[in-house]
Amino acid sequence: MLKLKKLVKTYATGDQALKSIELEVPEGQVLALIGPSGAGKSTLIRCINRLVEPTSGEVWLGDTELTKLNSSGLRRARREMGMIFQEYALVERLTVMENVLSGRLGYVGFWRSLTRRFPQSDVDEAFRLLDRVGLLAMADKRADELSGGQRQRVGICRALIQNPKLLLVDEPTASLDPKTSRQIMRLICELCAERGLAAIINIHDVALAQMFVQRVVGLRFGAVEFDGPPEALVPDVLTTIYGEEDWEATIKKDDEEVAQ
Amino acid sequence: MPVTQHDDTTVWHRRTFKQTLAHSAMWLGGLAVFAYCWMQISNSTTWFFVWDAPRIAGDIWSRATPPKWEYITQLGRPIWDTLNIATLGTLISLCLAVPVAFLAAHNTTPSKLFIRPVALFIIVATRSINSLIWALLLIAIIGPGVFAGVVAIAIRSIGFCAKLLYEAIEEIDSVQVEAITATGASRWQVMAFGIVPQIMPAFAGIAVFRWDINIRESTVLGLVGAGGIGLQLSASLNVLAWPQVSLILLVILAAVVISEWVSAKVRGAII
Amino acid sequence: MSTHLDTVIGQPWKRPPFISNPILRWGLVIAFFAYLIAAYMTIDINWARVYAGLDRGAQFVLAFTSPDFTSRSSDIWGGLMESIIITVAASVVGILISIPIGLGAARNIAPLPVYLICRGIVAISRALQEIIVAILLVAIFGFGPLAGFLTLSFATIGFLSKLLAEDIESMDRVQVEAIRASGARWAQWVNYGVQPQVMPRLVGLSIYRLDINFRESAILGLVGAGGIGATLNTAFDRYEYDTAAAILILIIVIVMALEYISGIVRARVQ
Repeated sequence: MLKLKKLVKTYATGDQALKSIELEVPEGQVLALIGPSGAGKSTLIRCINRLVEPTSGEVWLGDTELTKLNSSGLRRARREMGMIFQEYALVERLTVMENVLSGRLGYVGFWRSLTRRFPQSDVDEAFRLLDRVGLLAMADKRADELSGGQRQRVGICRALIQNPKLLLVDEPTASLDPKTSRQIMRLICELCAERGLAAIINIHDVALAQMFVQRVVGLRFGAVEFDGPPEALVPDVLTTIYGEEDWEATIKKDDEEVAQ
Repeated sequence: MPVTQHDDTTVWHRRTFKQTLAHSAMWLGGLAVFAYCWMQISNSTTWFFVWDAPRIAGDIWSRATPPKWEYITQLGRPIWDTLNIATLGTLISLCLAVPVAFLAAHNTTPSKLFIRPVALFIIVATRSINSLIWALLLIAIIGPGVFAGVVAIAIRSIGFCAKLLYEAIEEIDSVQVEAITATGASRWQVMAFGIVPQIMPAFAGIAVFRWDINIRESTVLGLVGAGGIGLQLSASLNVLAWPQVSLILLVILAAVVISEWVSAKVRGAII
Repeated sequence: MSTHLDTVIGQPWKRPPFISNPILRWGLVIAFFAYLIAAYMTIDINWARVYAGLDRGAQFVLAFTSPDFTSRSSDIWGGLMESIIITVAASVVGILISIPIGLGAARNIAPLPVYLICRGIVAISRALQEIIVAILLVAIFGFGPLAGFLTLSFATIGFLSKLLAEDIESMDRVQVEAIRASGARWAQWVNYGVQPQVMPRLVGLSIYRLDINFRESAILGLVGAGGIGATLNTAFDRYEYDTAAAILILIIVIVMALEYISGIVRARVQ
């Protein structure tokens, strides 16, 4: 469903963030992207919806090639890709409901959105999503009154109300405590399963990734080093991705936690 | 470290010899410039008047007190005009400053090469010329009156408001903007949902702050004929009606204090 | 709002208003528009005069394309020189006086009587407009740059002392106490504990004030207190727009240069 062909990104400074990435994500698959800081995980995700312009290569979403689209075509394509951010990226001075409805901006004209007259079907869907993540009572609170976990749930609603085919998730748990991290990861994976969504999740926490996803891709220096099921992430593999370290402890500890 | 050996002891100095020399030269140069400036001022001053100043000041004081309180009945309309000049001027200037600020900010300007310098020039040009000069100019063009004052205040405030506003725009959180862009929103929607909510508090603060300054400035615009209480001041000065002058000065002082108080209250309520 | 999904589905949603009390909200909106209408009615703009003036306005804008620096060059240079001289002298004197007053107006280092006196001076200086002070000083000292110089010095004191005092009041206590603990006397304590902390900002603010003083000096001439303002006023009176444009361009260029320099200096001292 999503296909990256020879995707390259070179920044103006000369840093080569992505070196000819080849990746294919079938419909409904949740994929975790791991790798050290600076490996190009964020750049990869942002090249897909062109928040960062790729230098060369192709991005296919279904039958459309995204890198050649003009600005209105790109806007239409972006509606099909929901994005969830590390620091939640809610517009803090808007209410929760406004933040969720901002996911429909691609479908609504400028004046309607300015006067906040969203179609009733959008409003209903927003209420349903907020209810699904347990935040219905917070709908008219301002986003900066919420806790980290609650904000990330709102971020998820904003991505889902777009009715996307694909979720791009950038470090969803990096600013959260361990328990909330798991809840958020579980929520994202459940929602993907419910709606048959594909997702690419950037994640630092290898153990957390192993717990929830079907496929792991390891990135190092802008190139794919590993692509396989989470069980195949043995210490040797982690060493090729991250470098030398005693990995046994990390993995073992996770097994125990899963067993609990 | 600048240290020297004296007999057996090591002496620490704050600067090396060269630094000390450069420092002294700088101070000397500065002093010479100041002395020159002072001499120029002194040369074009009639010192006889200056020595006579205490007597004249006492004379003015005795004429100006007590203020002519009953004159206040004639000041109602001028005060209303002054308020209008400041308020309408501020409103117009805000309308003009918002687009200029968006064109001048790094992250929202459509073209860094062509449009941004123009916007920055508008900001500098309107800011560096005092509202009294703008008023002089506008009186020459559209004739004396309150309207010239309104326009003068409006033009003068563009630069000030636009500068503070574009600095606020440059400081916004770009990730929030990115998130709105990623939903497929159009350029204007990104502006309305991603940028505007973030700069609203700054905008309100700037508006009230500038309104306070404009009340001060509009009290004196009448000196050149641009309406407001300054007209009465200038008329009273021309006929040397010192009791009226002192009353007008008291009224201006009260207006300034009240506007500062209002602006502080409103800013406190917003932020 | 109810927290049950069934009750909100199908209900229209409206963004919660900024002011929740509807009477107050609509009252403010109506009062605002009523004020605007009242204000507009009393301005009574003479549109015919404005229309007639547009022609002159166009002339003035055109004058910027061919500014005339030469035909009144001696007036322009003389006025500009006088403005610069007033600016420099007033800034130097103003800064020197505002340092002790700023120290005195900081509650954490000055005793109460000193504090009250200094705050009083600051309040008076800030409340009085430059141009009004200039009028009074011209009346007292006669026409000429001395009145302008005194005006700007006085204004500088109010501006700089206030900001300096606020700076001192918000500085880091620990550093100051460390110096005091070493047994330093008051003057030493100010020199070693206070000065290093507020110096960079003082330098920045002084340059900023120099910039403001120059801009203000351009209007002092309107009331006879010296500087380029007199020349400018004459140019407007005689409708010599090309000369006026030349003067305005010079002012803008000097202000831009001063802003540029102050940017460099502030970057260096911090």
